[in-house]
Amino acid sequence: MGTTASQLDKGMLSEYQELTFLTKQEILLAYKRFSELLPKEETNGLSYRIPMNAILELPELKTNPFNKRICMVFSTSDSHDGSLSFDDFLDLLSAFSDSATLEIKSHYAFRIFDFDDDGTLGRQDLEKLVNCLTGGTVDTSLTPEEMKQLIDNILEESDIDKDGTVNLSEFQHVISRSPDFVSSFKIVL
Amino acid sequence: MSEGEMARLMEEVEEKKKLIATIRNKPWRMKRRLVLLREAQQFVDKFEGALGKGKGRKWYAYKVMMTKKWIKFQRDFENFRTACIPWERKIKEVESHFGSSVASYFIFLRWMYGMNLVLFGLTFGLVVMPEVLMGLPYGSIPRKTVPRAEQDTAQDYSVLMDFNGYCKYSVLFYGYYNNQRTIGLLKFRLPLAYLMVGLGTFGYSLMLVIRTMAKNADVGGGDGDEGEFTFAWKMFTSWDYLIGNAETADNKYASITTSFKESIVDEQENQKDENIHLRRFLRVLANFLITCSLGGSGYLIYFVVKRSQEFANRDDLSWYEKNELELIMSLLGLVCPPLFETIAELEDYHPRIALKWQLGRIFALFLGNLYTFLFALFDEVNTKVLNSIGRMFEYYANFSLPVNDSDATPPPMDPGDVILGPCWETAVGIEFVKLTVSDIQVTYLTILIGDFARAVIVRFLNYCWCWDLEAGFPSYGEFDISGNVLGLVFNQGMIWMGAFYAPGLVGINVLRLLSSMYYQCWAVMATNVPHERVFKASKSNNFYMGLLLLVLFLSLLPVVYTIMSLPPSFDCGPFSGKEKMFDVIMETIDLDLPAFMGTLFSYAANPGLIIPAVLLMVLAIYYLNSTSEAYQNANMELKKKMQMARDEEKNRRNNTDSTNQVMKDLEDLLPNRSLAPPALPEPG
Repeated sequence: MGTTASQLDKGMLSEYQELTFLTKQEILLAYKRFSELLPKEETNGLSYRIPMNAILELPELKTNPFNKRICMVFSTSDSHDGSLSFDDFLDLLSAFSDSATLEIKSHYAFRIFDFDDDGTLGRQDLEKLVNCLTGGTVDTSLTPEEMKQLIDNILEESDIDKDGTVNLSEFQHVISRSPDFVSSFKIVL
Repeated sequence: MSEGEMARLMEEVEEKKKLIATIRNKPWRMKRRLVLLREAQQFVDKFEGALGKGKGRKWYAYKVMMTKKWIKFQRDFENFRTACIPWERKIKEVESHFGSSVASYFIFLRWMYGMNLVLFGLTFGLVVMPEVLMGLPYGSIPRKTVPRAEQDTAQDYSVLMDFNGYCKYSVLFYGYYNNQRTIGLLKFRLPLAYLMVGLGTFGYSLMLVIRTMAKNADVGGGDGDEGEFTFAWKMFTSWDYLIGNAETADNKYASITTSFKESIVDEQENQKDENIHLRRFLRVLANFLITCSLGGSGYLIYFVVKRSQEFANRDDLSWYEKNELELIMSLLGLVCPPLFETIAELEDYHPRIALKWQLGRIFALFLGNLYTFLFALFDEVNTKVLNSIGRMFEYYANFSLPVNDSDATPPPMDPGDVILGPCWETAVGIEFVKLTVSDIQVTYLTILIGDFARAVIVRFLNYCWCWDLEAGFPSYGEFDISGNVLGLVFNQGMIWMGAFYAPGLVGINVLRLLSSMYYQCWAVMATNVPHERVFKASKSNNFYMGLLLLVLFLSLLPVVYTIMSLPPSFDCGPFSGKEKMFDVIMETIDLDLPAFMGTLFSYAANPGLIIPAVLLMVLAIYYLNSTSEAYQNANMELKKKMQMARDEEKNRRNNTDSTNQVMKDLEDLLPNRSLAPPALPEPG
């Protein structure tokens, strides 16, 4: 642990504590896990970008149906390839941590569910969402009629301005009433 | 700098400080937040010094430094506190394999362990330690010595297992404590401490439970009506992000699919009537059967307690007869819940409603059993008390018993020879301890046999059996969350009831919870499979806390009743010789506190003061109730306003695109490309 701590100096550590919802131990643990994914010759962990398929090997993300979307949403790389730097990784952990507020979590949840990145959840987004949730294999997915029925029901419940899509404020309105959301939208290293 | 400028600067500094405090709440990129943070910190550092000129400079600088130190201290303390929480890794492993609902049981267990640890610290530090260190040692007075008749067998294993012999005359039980008003050099008032710790146990537990309930209610976000957003919630909140195991993930997929299909079908099938009369009849029948079994179990316990009183007079008891009461109670708690579940098949409810009924019935079962046990026990106690009054007179007639403090004159006879009256408090304490111990044994055995042996059999017999044991009949067990949580809640109820009569009981419970954590974690990982049917009793956190609160009040009642109305035994325990246990408080007020406090308390106890106080509290409750109703109405109005505003917004949407919130978010994602239409070039 001596080498990792020396690469993450005290100033950066206290800044990260101000900027995220993570405690000191969690940040150090995140740094340790992040460095394990770095290739051997790379010494400066803070600026390197780890490619998406390496991130997806983490056990916490491996079985998650939204893992690719999560990487894409939190990635700040210019080539939009889903690679994460250490800052992005901390952003991810902070949004998914226990102490993050409902607003942060619902904001990021909306971005994750927005598969085509157009700022609203349209029918295609919702269809893709349902397919992710049911596992994507042939025998567990829904028939087209069931899918249509389901999406109609959802839009009826959440689409207040009846424009056929769910925008951020409608989404947040629905999510804020849910008692399970905050406790299930959590990832802990 | 002028006053106005200074004020403005101070305001800006305050704003920057607020920004620093809330920066983690903004959903921006880390880089942007880092830049803003550094900027804000530089600004604050630069100008905070400048503001320190003029009057009150030293005070301002001092205040600033103290605030900084305080924030740093708070943060370090938070870090330290999180590092101290035990078993994080273990629970995380369980979470990733089984999802958050099974893990919630272990989190509850950990919380209970913390509470019991504090109670143990209180009891141990304020009652047990002073008696051991400063009180009279074992063997010096009759209540602390094993009577001559029992001395031969006092060390036998079987006697100790029954908590007789040396166990009975030890710090574990009420009877050991001496009733000297003050002991030792420090003049420690043991009887007062005993009473205060007994009541303080309840007070602390109450405060902790209510504080946890309030915290949970906060996170839960108030009551959403159950049916309001069923489909949307299923879509957006059903995935459990803590799952890290492929098999659990597959199970989750399957259960989500099933729940989708079910709810789609439910919507269409809502009008289906079916044979409503048959259904009603079956439901009435099921309730009748269950009430019969509840009554039957209550009667069985009463019968067994009466039998155990007869047994107490005989000497030649088999192991079964000695432990019959505890065995029967634990077995009832084991056999009845599955019985209720089978009967409930008749009722044909929706699973969530069926779960609620099941929980309610198990609760009624445990409650009924506990209270029947208590009533039977107090029957016995009353007999003992009546007996002991007779013996007390006979006693004083024949022996001169030094009841009060005596470090000077030893009694004329060896303490082992003095005949002791029946010490009903110790007897009650022994019953509770035996009950707890047998409960522990039964629970552990059940896990060993019901889960472990079953898993071993299924795994190894599968090779040579006709049908697939793993997929078919026995298969592996699922972790029964509600059964285990209720067991924990009622175990805690027994501890609360028995801790006053057996101070060692809390220590036993701490050991039990500690070993339970490791044992059950191992058992769940090694022998259980994730639930097939995953649905959360959604506000279940507060449901279990509410249950705990109810059990707390119910276990408070017997203890307070004994303190207030039953006379303590005349020759054992810290209150011996007094008429009522709370006389110790009166004595303290008279002798230890200054005179005016005594008069104050006597005024406060006047009914003329108490009745107006009660009226005031009733009025306060009424007022708070009506304010909360007013707030709810205001809420409704605001919601309607929001709805109208949204409709207006939709109408204006076509005209002004760039003021849309969504567009602002997109601009955030792509900071270089502005999505607003380009401005027209200036003429000329």
